[in-house]
Amino acid sequence: MATTAEPTTAIAQPKMVNLTIEGRPVSVPEGMSILEAGKRAGILIPHYCYHPGLSIAGNCRMCLVEVEKAPKLAPSCATAVAEGQVVHIYTEKALEARKGVLEMLLINHPLDCPICDKSGECELQDFTYQEGPAESRLRDPKRFNPIEDFGGDVLYTTNRCILCTRCVRFMDEIAQDTVLNVTERGDRALIGKFEGKDMTHAWAGNVIDLCPVGALLSKDSLNKARSWELDHAPSVCPGCSQGCNMSIDTRDNVVVRLRPRPNESVNKYFMCDVGRLDYRWINRQDRVEVPLLRRGEAHVAADWDIAIPATAALLDGKRVFVAASPNLSNETLYLLSRLMRANGGSGAFTVATGSEAPLPGVEDLALRAERAANGNGAELVGFKRAASPLDGLAAGDVLVIADADSTNISADKLALASAIIVIGTTLPENLRMASVVLPIANYAEEDGTFTNLRGRVQRFSQAKAAPGMARPSWWVVGDVLAALGKGDAYYLASEVFSAMASDVTAFAGMSYDTLGMRGLVVSGGAL
Amino acid sequence: MGYPHPSHAGETPVLSQYFGDREAITLDGWRKRGGYNGLQKALSMSPSEIVDVVKASGLRGRGGAGFPTGIKWSFMKPGDGKPHYLCCNADESEPGTFKDREIMRWTPHALVEGCAIGAYAIGAETAYIYIRGEFTEPLARMRAAVREAYDAGILGKNAMGTGKRIDIVIHKGAGAYICGEETAMMNSIEGRRGNPRIKPPFPAVSGVFAQPTTINNVETLVAVPHIIVRGAEWYKGLSLSSPKSTGSKLFSVCGNIAKPGNYEVTLGFSFKDFLYDLCGGPLPGRKFKAIIPGGISVPIQTMEEAEATKMDYEGFVEQGSMLGSGGVIVFDDQQNMVKQIARAARFFAHESCAQCTQCREGTAWTTKIMERIRDGEGTAEDLDTLFSIADNMTGKTICVLSDSCAVPVVSGINKFRSEFEALIKKPTFHPVTAAVA
Repeated sequence: MATTAEPTTAIAQPKMVNLTIEGRPVSVPEGMSILEAGKRAGILIPHYCYHPGLSIAGNCRMCLVEVEKAPKLAPSCATAVAEGQVVHIYTEKALEARKGVLEMLLINHPLDCPICDKSGECELQDFTYQEGPAESRLRDPKRFNPIEDFGGDVLYTTNRCILCTRCVRFMDEIAQDTVLNVTERGDRALIGKFEGKDMTHAWAGNVIDLCPVGALLSKDSLNKARSWELDHAPSVCPGCSQGCNMSIDTRDNVVVRLRPRPNESVNKYFMCDVGRLDYRWINRQDRVEVPLLRRGEAHVAADWDIAIPATAALLDGKRVFVAASPNLSNETLYLLSRLMRANGGSGAFTVATGSEAPLPGVEDLALRAERAANGNGAELVGFKRAASPLDGLAAGDVLVIADADSTNISADKLALASAIIVIGTTLPENLRMASVVLPIANYAEEDGTFTNLRGRVQRFSQAKAAPGMARPSWWVVGDVLAALGKGDAYYLASEVFSAMASDVTAFAGMSYDTLGMRGLVVSGGAL
Repeated sequence: MGYPHPSHAGETPVLSQYFGDREAITLDGWRKRGGYNGLQKALSMSPSEIVDVVKASGLRGRGGAGFPTGIKWSFMKPGDGKPHYLCCNADESEPGTFKDREIMRWTPHALVEGCAIGAYAIGAETAYIYIRGEFTEPLARMRAAVREAYDAGILGKNAMGTGKRIDIVIHKGAGAYICGEETAMMNSIEGRRGNPRIKPPFPAVSGVFAQPTTINNVETLVAVPHIIVRGAEWYKGLSLSSPKSTGSKLFSVCGNIAKPGNYEVTLGFSFKDFLYDLCGGPLPGRKFKAIIPGGISVPIQTMEEAEATKMDYEGFVEQGSMLGSGGVIVFDDQQNMVKQIARAARFFAHESCAQCTQCREGTAWTTKIMERIRDGEGTAEDLDTLFSIADNMTGKTICVLSDSCAVPVVSGINKFRSEFEALIKKPTFHPVTAAVA
C-alpha cells in the first residue's frame, strides 16, 4: 500500500445565492433547486417524483411553493434558486394546491393501508396526514388494476401507484436497463414492463426503496412485518468489498430485511439485490451458544471464566496460526493479529469470488467480485491473502480458526496443528475435534468497522442480540490476550479501534467519533 | 375560400385561394400559381432581414397562443455554433380544427416553401414537419410534395441553386393530441414518449435533440411566403380592428350550422356576419345557442358574446373567450350543453399524458362527475366540486392540457348553469330494493 498523502483536489468554490425560505435566510450554491435549499433551511417540502439520485421529472406537482413575484406556483424541485428570492411554503395558496394534489392522488388509491407493507413509512401517508384533505369528495367508483409480478424481487401493486416514475427513471438512468415504462395515458396509465424484460438486473430491487408509496414491494419481505414493529440499525453490507451502507431492520431480534442507507461516497442511495437478499444466515439457529471445552471424546459447556483461561493455557508460548474470516471486523482482526504475532506466528484468509455486477449510472459502484467485506482490513493488520485457509500453517502450531470457512479444510492439514481453537459463530462438522470452541457474535450482533476496497473504514452497529452466551468477537479475543498477559481487556469496540489506530499506521488518527456513520479513507488513500 | 363551398365575397382568400384546385397540388401547378417565388426571394435576403419583415408584418402564431412569429424567430441566436431546428406543428388535433389539413391536402408546396423560408430565417438546415397520425391523405400529399421539391433542387444541399442547405423531414405522429404541445412533439420526434417537458429550458434554448428549436404552426408558416412576396405593409394592412392582429386567418366551422367548412377572413371580421352570412346561419328552424370559437380548449361563448365579437386575438378575449386555433364549433338549441361538455371532458381525460397528478386524475374525475350529471345522477355539491377540481387543474401543471379541460367545464357551468341544475334537480331516481328482506 502506498504511503503517500491523500492528494488534495482543488474544488472550485461555487457561487453562492442568498434567499429566504419561510423567513429563514439560506445561502446555497447557484443552480440548486428550491427543494434542496429548503432541506438546508431545515424544511422538507413535500414531494414524490423528486429524488436526489435521479433526474428531475417535475410530474407529481406536490412540491408546489409560492415564490414572491412569480405569477404561478413553482414546482420547487424544478425551480432553481435565485438571488433575493423569497419562498413561502405554507401560504394558503400553496397549501391548497398541495392539498388538491393529495386529494387527486388518493381518488384512485385503494386506501388499503391496513394491509400495505409500506404503511408507516409511506410518503403518501405522511404527507396526507401532514397536509391532505380529511376526506375524499369522490362519489364514483375507483379505477382497478390487478397486481403484477415484475420478476426479480419486485411486485407491482398497480392500484397504489402514483406514477411518480422514480422506478422508470432508476431503471433507465441508473441501472441503464430499460425494463419499465409508463403504459397508457390519462388515469388508465400504469407502470408497464417491456415485452420479454424482467426486473432481474442485479440492482433492480432499489426501485422498492425508491417507490414513495406501496406500489413496488419486495416479494421477499411481503407481509412479513409492519414497519412500526421494526428496529433499524445502521450497518455495512458484508456481501462484497464495496461496503454499501445499509440499515438492518429487525423484528423481535430477527432480521427481516436489509435496506440501503445513503452514503454519497460509497453507494449513493443504492444496494444490490445480492446484498439485500442475503440475510437469512444472520438468523440461523444452529449457532454455538456456549463456550465448549473438549473432555475426551466430547465437548462440555463451560463458563467464559473457565473457557478463557483454558484457551490462554493452550496458546501460551506457542507459535500461533490464525485462519481468519475476511468478514470479521477490523477490531477483531487487529486483536487476532496481536495474538498471532505474540510468538512469531502468522495468519491467512481466503476470499470467495463471484461475478462483478456494476451499477452503470453511479461511478465506482458495483457488486464486487471479492465477496467479503474486509479483505483489505485483514491485509492492513497483517493477514495474508491465501488460496487455501491453512496456507502457512506449520507443524506444531496452535491453529485458531476465527470464523473462517472450513468447508475446504482437509483433515490432513488439521492434523499438523498441535491444538485447534475455534472462535466462531458455528461449529462445522470437520472441526469437531477442536480443543476449545468460543462462541462469538456475527456482524449484525456486534459493533465494528470494515475497510472497503477503496480503503474506506466504515462503522457498523449492533442490530440484534447474540444468542446464548456468545460475545462480540473483539471481546473474546481481547479477553484471551488479557489472560495471556498481552494487554488489558476491552469493554467497547471503540476502545479496540483506538488501540488499533495508535498501533497500525493506516488507521492513525481515526476514532469512532471521527469516522461517524460515513467513514474515512485509511491514510495512504484509496487502496 | 369557404371550402368546400364557393368563395364568399366577404372572405379574403390568401392561404385558401387554391383549396379544391387539383392542379395546385403538384409542383408544376404550384409554380404556375406563383409558387416558390417567396423562397427564391427569401434566399437572396439575409436571415435577419426575413425576421425583420415577419416582425414588421405583425404575423402571430396561428396554432392557438398567438405569439408574434418574428419575435419567436429572433430568439434563435445566429452563430452560436449549434445546429438549429425548425419544427412545423402539423399535429392538428384540437377538436373542431381542420384548417391545416386542408392546407396540406391542397397546397402542400405552400407548406414546403414556408418551412424552407422559416428554416433559413432561423439558421436551421433541417425542418421537421410533424404530421398528425390520423392525417393519412395530407401525409401522402406532403411526402409527394417534399419528394418533388428535392427532385427539383428546391430542397437539399443546394436549395434553389443558392448553395444553402435546407432539408425537410416528415415525421408521422402516432395519434396523440398531446403531441401537438410543442415540447411533447419534440420528445415524439426524438422517439420518446410524447410527454411535455418542463419549461425552462425553452425550445429556443434547448429543443429537439437539446438544440435551439423553433416550433411554428402550419398556417403561420404558409403565410410567410406571401409576406415575403407582397411585403410586410400589405400583410399589416389586412386588419379590420386591432393593429395587433394582422393578416388573414382560416376558421374551421363545424357543428349545427348550414355551411360548415373552412373560411378565410381578415382578422377583425364581425363574428356575427361570419356566422349568419358566410356560414349560412343556423339549420332551418333552429337557433344558435353557444359557440366554441377556437377549438375545444377555449371558453364557450353565449350567442350574445359571440355576436358582439370582432374576430381577432383581442376581440375574442374581450368577449370571454380566445381565438385559439380558429376551430369554431357551433351548438344550436337542440343540443344539451351538459352532454357536450361531458364529451369534451372525456376527450381530455383520454388524451392526458398522465404525467402531472392534477391532469391525470383531474380530467378523469371531471369526466366521471360530468357524465354522472349528464345521466341524471348529479348532486347539488357536484358543481362546487367541479369548480374546485378545475381550480386545482389550472396553472399548476407542466403543460396546459389540464387547464384546457377545466376551461369548457368552468365556462359551461357559468354560462349554462340552468341546464346543469335542471338535470340535477330532476334526478333520474334509481330505487335500490333491499337485497335482504
